[in-house]
Amino acid sequence: MTLYADLVVARDTGFRLAAHLTIEPGQVVALLGPNGAGKTTALRALAGLVPLTDGTVRLDDDSWDAPPGVFVPTEHRPVGVVFQDYLLFNHMTALDNVAFGLRARGTDRATARTAARQWLDKVGLGDHALTKPRALSGGQAQRVALARALATDPRLLLLDEPLAALDASTRVHIRAELGRHLADYPGHTLLVTHDPLDAMVLADHLVIIEHGEIVQQGPPAQVARQPRTDYVAQLVGLNLYRGTARDNVVTLDDASGGGELTVAEPATGQVHVAFPPTAVSLHPRPPAGGPRNSWPVTVVHVEQHAHTVRVRLDGMPPVLADVTPATVAELHLSPGTPLWAGVKATETTTYPS
Amino acid sequence: MTTRSAGRRRARRRGRLPLVLAVPALIGLAFLVVPLAGLLVRAPWSTLADQLFSEEVGQALLLSVVCASLATLVCLVLGVPLAWLLARGDLPGRGVLRALVTVPLVLPPVVGGVALLLVLGRRGIIGQHLDAWFGISLPFTTAGVVIAEAFVAMPFLVIAVEGALRGADPRYEEAAATLGASRWLTFRRVTLPAIAPGVVAGTVLCWARALGEFGATITFAGNFPGKTTTMPLAVYLALETDPGAAIVLSIVLLLLSVTVLVSLRDRWISSPA
Repeated sequence: MTLYADLVVARDTGFRLAAHLTIEPGQVVALLGPNGAGKTTALRALAGLVPLTDGTVRLDDDSWDAPPGVFVPTEHRPVGVVFQDYLLFNHMTALDNVAFGLRARGTDRATARTAARQWLDKVGLGDHALTKPRALSGGQAQRVALARALATDPRLLLLDEPLAALDASTRVHIRAELGRHLADYPGHTLLVTHDPLDAMVLADHLVIIEHGEIVQQGPPAQVARQPRTDYVAQLVGLNLYRGTARDNVVTLDDASGGGELTVAEPATGQVHVAFPPTAVSLHPRPPAGGPRNSWPVTVVHVEQHAHTVRVRLDGMPPVLADVTPATVAELHLSPGTPLWAGVKATETTTYPS
Repeated sequence: MTTRSAGRRRARRRGRLPLVLAVPALIGLAFLVVPLAGLLVRAPWSTLADQLFSEEVGQALLLSVVCASLATLVCLVLGVPLAWLLARGDLPGRGVLRALVTVPLVLPPVVGGVALLLVLGRRGIIGQHLDAWFGISLPFTTAGVVIAEAFVAMPFLVIAVEGALRGADPRYEEAAATLGASRWLTFRRVTLPAIAPGVVAGTVLCWARALGEFGATITFAGNFPGKTTTMPLAVYLALETDPGAAIVLSIVLLLLSVTVLVSLRDRWISSPA
C-alpha cells in the first residue's frame, strides 16, 4: 500500500526536478523548500497535472505514470488536491463544490449531496452549505476545499501550501484543525509548504528540497536538531557550520567562514556543527575561563523578535546570536560594534556530514 | 473651501477642450446621430401603424428573426467549441487559425456571398455533390439565408467567447480534473458557467450582426419574398417602390439595434475592466 514516486520532470527553462518519495498509508510527508525549488512541480506530477519526463509513480502495483508507456490522466487517479488559493467553483454553493467530485465519479445526486453535507458538518460548516465561495472567509474556504478534496475518499491527498493564504490568527486555528483531519485520514498525504512550522506540526516525515533535489529528509525532530544545509539551518533557527573534525576540535571550511570550534563530542572527518543562537553570548572583551569558544566579531544587523533581539555578526565564523534587550543596551549594539562571541562546547551538536 | 475651489478648477480644466478637437468631435457626433434622427423625422407617422402591421413587414420581420436566431444557434453550436479550441487547444499554427477565423469580420459580405456560392452553389465544389447525392440545393433558399448569416456573424461570437476563455483561469479546470471530472464535464460544469457573460455578449452581438446581414444574403440566397427577403433586403427593395415602407422597416431595425445595445451596456460596451 506504499506510494512510490521517482519523480523526474525536466522543464524547457532548464529546471529539472529529480526527487524520490515514498509515502506509507496514514503517513503525512511534508515537502519543504524555498520558492522555485520544485515543490509544486512534484505535487503536480503526482496529481497527473504534469507528466513525468522520466521515473515512475505507483501506488502498490498500480502504475500512474511511467514514461514512455504509462500515463493515467488526472481524472482517473484517486487523488484529492487542496490548492493554495483553493480554486473553489465560484458559481456553485459550498455544498455543490463538495459534492462535485462525487458527482463526477458517478455517484447519484441525492447520495452525493448527503455525503457532501456530512463532510461540511465534519469541518464545522454545516450552516454554510448554501453559501457561495465568495461569501466565505479565508478559513471557511480552506475547510470547504479540504472537504471537497476528501469527499471523494482519495487514496492520495495532496496539499499545496494549504495555510499560506490565511492570516496569522486564523492560521493557528486551521492548522490544528487540519492536523486532526490528517490524523483521521487513512490514505497517503503529501503536504507542500515553505513554512517550517506547518511542516513540523503536521508531518511525520520531512523532505527538504532545494533546486529540484532532495537535500535532507527525516523525522521533524531530527531535521530540527541536525540541519544539513544553510537553508534548513535557517528554517529551524540554528547556526550551522561544516568542517573537518579531529577529536574535539573542528576546523571550519572556508565556505562556512573559517575558524575553529571546540565541540563537546569527539569526532573525526567531515562533520556538521550546530548550535542555537541563544547559546551565543556577547562580550565587550575576550571572555576568560571555561571550556568555551570565543572569537572577535562585528555587528552587522540587529533585529527585534518577540522577546529577544537577534544579532547577526560577522567574523571567523559569522554567527547569529539571540540576546535580551538589556544586553543590547549594555553593549550599545549597533552595526559596526566590535565584540567577542562566546559559545560553550557543551552547547554544540556535532554530526557527520 | 479648498475642496470646492479644487473641484471648480478641475471642472474648468475638463471644460477647456481645444477647439481643434471640439469642432471635429461635434461634427462627428452629428454625422452619426443626424441620419438616425432623420429617419424618425421623415417617418410616415400617420400611416405607421398600418405599415407596421402590413403583411410584407410582418413576413420580413418574422423571416429575419427566425433566420438570425437559427444562424445564431448554428454559430453557438460550432463557434463555442471553435473558441475553446483556439483558446485551450494545444495545436500548432494557432495564430494563423485565429486570423483565418476573423477574416469574415473584415471581408466585404458580398465577397462572402460569392465565396459561398462557389462552394455551396449548385455547381459549387461541395454543392454539386449535395445536389447530386441528396438533392439538396442551398442557394436561394431560407437555409441559404441562415448559412450566409452564420458565415458573417460567427467571428463575432468566436472572438467574444475566446476572449472570455483566455481570461478564465485554467487552474479551475485542473481542480475539476483532480476531482475526477472528464474534460467534457469540466467544460459544461466549470468552464462554461465561468465564461457565461462572454458567451451571452457574443451571442447577442452575433444575433444582431445576423439580423442586419445584407450583402452575403442577397448574393447567396437572393431575394424571394417570404423565403429569403429579410428586413435589410426588404428595406433596400422598398426604397425604390415605397419609401414610406422602407422608413418603417428601418425604424424597426433601429429599435432592435438599440435594444441590443442597451441589453449589452453593462457587459460589453462600458466594462473594459
